[in-house]
Amino acid sequence: MRRFLLIAIPYAWLTVLFLVPFAIVFKISLSDYAVSIPPYVPQFDWAEGIMAFVRELDFENFIFLTEDDLYWKAYLSSLKIAISATFLTLCVGYPIAYGMARAPEEWRPTLMMLIILPFWTSFLIRVYAWMGILSNEGYLNQILLWTGIINEPLTILNTNTAVYIGIVYTYLPFMILPIYSALDRLDGSLIEAAEDLGCSRAQAFWLVTIPLSRPGIIAGCFLVFIPTLGEFVIPSLLGGSGTLMIGKVLWEEFFSNRDWPVASAVAVILLLILVIPIVLFQRNQQKQAEADQ
Amino acid sequence: MNRLSWFNTVSLTLGFAFLYIPMVILIVYSFNESKLVTVWAGFSTKWYGELLGNDAFLSAAWVTLKVAVLSSTFATVLGTMGAYVLVRGGRFMGRTLFSGMIYAPLVMPEVITGLSLLLLFIGIGIERGVMTIVLAHTTFSMCYVSVVVSSRLVTFDRSLEEAALDLGCSPAEAFRLVTLPIIAPAVISGWLLAFTLSLDDLVIASFTSGPSATTLPIKIFSAVRLGVSPEINALSTIMIGIVTVGVISASLISKQALVRQKRDEQAAARAQ
Repeated sequence: MRRFLLIAIPYAWLTVLFLVPFAIVFKISLSDYAVSIPPYVPQFDWAEGIMAFVRELDFENFIFLTEDDLYWKAYLSSLKIAISATFLTLCVGYPIAYGMARAPEEWRPTLMMLIILPFWTSFLIRVYAWMGILSNEGYLNQILLWTGIINEPLTILNTNTAVYIGIVYTYLPFMILPIYSALDRLDGSLIEAAEDLGCSRAQAFWLVTIPLSRPGIIAGCFLVFIPTLGEFVIPSLLGGSGTLMIGKVLWEEFFSNRDWPVASAVAVILLLILVIPIVLFQRNQQKQAEADQ
Repeated sequence: MNRLSWFNTVSLTLGFAFLYIPMVILIVYSFNESKLVTVWAGFSTKWYGELLGNDAFLSAAWVTLKVAVLSSTFATVLGTMGAYVLVRGGRFMGRTLFSGMIYAPLVMPEVITGLSLLLLFIGIGIERGVMTIVLAHTTFSMCYVSVVVSSRLVTFDRSLEEAALDLGCSPAEAFRLVTLPIIAPAVISGWLLAFTLSLDDLVIASFTSGPSATTLPIKIFSAVRLGVSPEINALSTIMIGIVTVGVISASLISKQALVRQKRDEQAAARAQ
């Protein structure tokens, strides 16, 4: 009885507040928009039964998504932004993780702490901090104008460049930590062996260090890519009107246009796109766990 | 591998500068006299004073704190139960679904979680307010707690629990007297994680809150959309300060606990 309760309580909680809501999103994505409260015509009515549901089933919200090029452009540009930002984060994060792994043993806990600390501070505040730096009268432009590198202030805030900076900044710890833990476990004698066998340091790095840290690189990339794809705060604070990201589109569809069925359809498709990287990520983690044993 | 080349030194310096300079600027300029945030006009604490006189911010802060304390406590209880079921539950119907539901919220985009919960609350006709935000936050943070606690449970020596059962403890007593003290550091860090996740959340709270309940992130977001403001800088500085003190002291305490636990284990091993 006690064991039953132990399993049943969290199970029931997650079913009601996680699984059922998804079923509702899916259901509403198939219903029609209506000017009422709530603003949709239910597609499924138990009284009419399953047959009526199947007869009236249409995917018009999904067809609408393919017809209006705003949506597929938003999906494509989210993918593009997420992929490039992940790559940039890797380029910034790898040298930091590498430096941490080579730092003296007694520094490492402090360095770890310094990487994790920003993760605990508010995400919103960290994004906000860049608004003051990147704006036309911002600190970056002030410095650049003062040193005479530029004569006209650069427009960075409200462009995609600012979005990239924001993503790299906020997701950097997610990239650094898995790479660092892979590099930390790396056996230093392997690199010495490569150097003894005639590799230059750069060659040893490319041929030994990078391949051996690959599981960390893959994990870090997924940890950045997956949340970035549906990101809302960064594009809406740092991006401009030209920044199309699907999280922002969904938000506006819901709060501004109040078109719940279309917002739900946008969510369903985003979820379908995300299934692929999530499954790949799971598989990478599993392989890693098996290799460790 | 213990020598830092110039390349390592440069990348570490630049990396940490990149991580910390934006926050340092934010903190410095929160003490700026001028209303124009980007122009330095002398030291002043007047924005902190204005913040304390701003009732809208204070009441939002109160709502946020209430939500965070309630949801992180519920999430810790539910998440620890979830972790226990995952690691010790054995086989039961729908185990795969259960572990899926524990891990899925971790990778779910917030906009989708928020939207789906809102549609649920409207569907069953709950009025949105503090309670609905607590429910929403509990749901996603319990999964984080589960992951943190189950990683500790996996490495935990089961024979200790079995010994307690052999010596006449009931399963509940064995959990309270043996298991809980050992996994306590993980449970506490799970609670802290849930607490900060709740303090920080904008997207899910925006979907699930009603007009009666505005949290601090919602308030900050709507103020910040109009541009940078010195009051928000002051508020950010306070929040950064609290988190920094909290995280550093928590890590010191858990380090001490770890040292003590190691010493106890060694003493126990010697006694055998």
